[in-house]
Amino acid sequence: MNTVPNSIVVLGASLAGLSAVRALREKGYTGRLVVAGSETSLPYDRPPLSKEFLTGDVTDEDLLLMNSDDDTLDVEWRMNSTATGLIRSPDGLHRVTFDDGSHLDADAVVVATGARARTLPGHFGLAGVHTLRSVDDARALRESLSRAQNLVIVGAGFIGAEVASSAAGMSLQVTVVEASPTPLAGPLGIELGAICAGQHAVHGVRLLTGAVVDALLGDDAVEAVRLSDGTVLPADVVVVGIGAVPNVEWAGGSELMIDDGFLTDSSCRTNLPGVYAIGDCARTFDEAHQVHHRSEHWSNAVTQAATVADTIMATPSGPAAIPYFWSHQYGKMLQFAGTRHSTDEVRFVDGDPGTGTFVATYDRDGDTVGVFAMNNPRLFTRYKKQLARSRA
Amino acid sequence: MIHPGTTPFAVCELITLPVGEVVTVTPPGMAPISVFHTSDGLYAIDDTCTHQDASLADGWVEGCTVECPLHEACFDLRTGVPSGPPAKIAVRTHDVSIVDGTVLLHFEQKGDTR
Repeated sequence: MNTVPNSIVVLGASLAGLSAVRALREKGYTGRLVVAGSETSLPYDRPPLSKEFLTGDVTDEDLLLMNSDDDTLDVEWRMNSTATGLIRSPDGLHRVTFDDGSHLDADAVVVATGARARTLPGHFGLAGVHTLRSVDDARALRESLSRAQNLVIVGAGFIGAEVASSAAGMSLQVTVVEASPTPLAGPLGIELGAICAGQHAVHGVRLLTGAVVDALLGDDAVEAVRLSDGTVLPADVVVVGIGAVPNVEWAGGSELMIDDGFLTDSSCRTNLPGVYAIGDCARTFDEAHQVHHRSEHWSNAVTQAATVADTIMATPSGPAAIPYFWSHQYGKMLQFAGTRHSTDEVRFVDGDPGTGTFVATYDRDGDTVGVFAMNNPRLFTRYKKQLARSRA
Repeated sequence: MIHPGTTPFAVCELITLPVGEVVTVTPPGMAPISVFHTSDGLYAIDDTCTHQDASLADGWVEGCTVECPLHEACFDLRTGVPSGPPAKIAVRTHDVSIVDGTVLLHFEQKGDTR
């Protein structure tokens, strides 16, 4: 039984939130739509923040996601509003409360509250220490980098590697500190993670693996990073890129099931009827693998927005999209699609890792389940489409 | 439809561009242009995705749309209009004709690079 709600509140004026209202209107939703966002900016694109925005090649205006077509969306934007709770309102609707004491009642709520950067414990207040998640973060980091000589990046994941790549062109001394033996082994596996990490040295960036941060040194501003083996790395700027945590605490007083994200079924429904969760804050049931999974990738935000609109409007959904993410480092486009287990066999199907242009597949029990490409978008897309067909 | 006052630019012989294939050319003073031979016919658009530098010739063609190989922005080959994010701006389209087996592009060559 599914009745289309009269009013929907979307929490999160992000790619996921914007994509959700676009998808709802596209599928014929005519009711009231309110989007509430905790930032002051209208929805903007985050991937350039660690890359072209940091280097100054992309402006604030370029980041904005909306175009003239969105003028017809008929959405009430409620910026600078942070949700503080979700309760049942007296007349049986969902009531979202905000930090300014106001509230909104709606028949349905789409939660897209995203994730925030994980920080190193105990180092707040030291100038020059940055995380990178929002456009404000990126502006502050850009400003710090313009005056810096020594940059230490904690974490060699995608954000860390992208910042290192951007900074490598800025005549800075760049050091990346990574706790694990191989960067990007989680998303890409050891073999391909190591190939990507090899780019750091090629571009004059020092990479220290198996290196654990013990302390950030300095009085008011950071001056150095001390590692657990006693090494002291001079630093006037530190970027902490050690992952993100979902923004769920605001809903702690609700009856929503939370476990590293809002738990949903594969149609983005939470345990509360009429409440949905999408994007970085959602841990969604993956039918194919029978597990809940949280994805912080750009494509996931867009595809889940389409899914939640289908769910709310009771329109048929297409087959589940193939997970996809990309990164851009040192002038090379890295792309991954599909799924990966540590036991998958990596097979180079085109090019040569030594040349920086290649395609590799991940094979499991004789089937290709994932594909990774460096600087070969055309062949990558072919494999990605094949994965989609084999899954459909 | 070919607009008057345009200069034809020879892209290639049609026989070298079968259905499903694409060719990219850079006429003098122009940005790269890709000509797609779809089952519906020939379409020419500026090759560079309006979102971020990527060659649409590397993209995935389905019907009359091409999907950017990097960030999955889809453009209508007939109009150049993107169907959604991250692209916001249409890619420029160009007229194509076939004369004596040669694929010709038609555009106003002067001051028309964007």
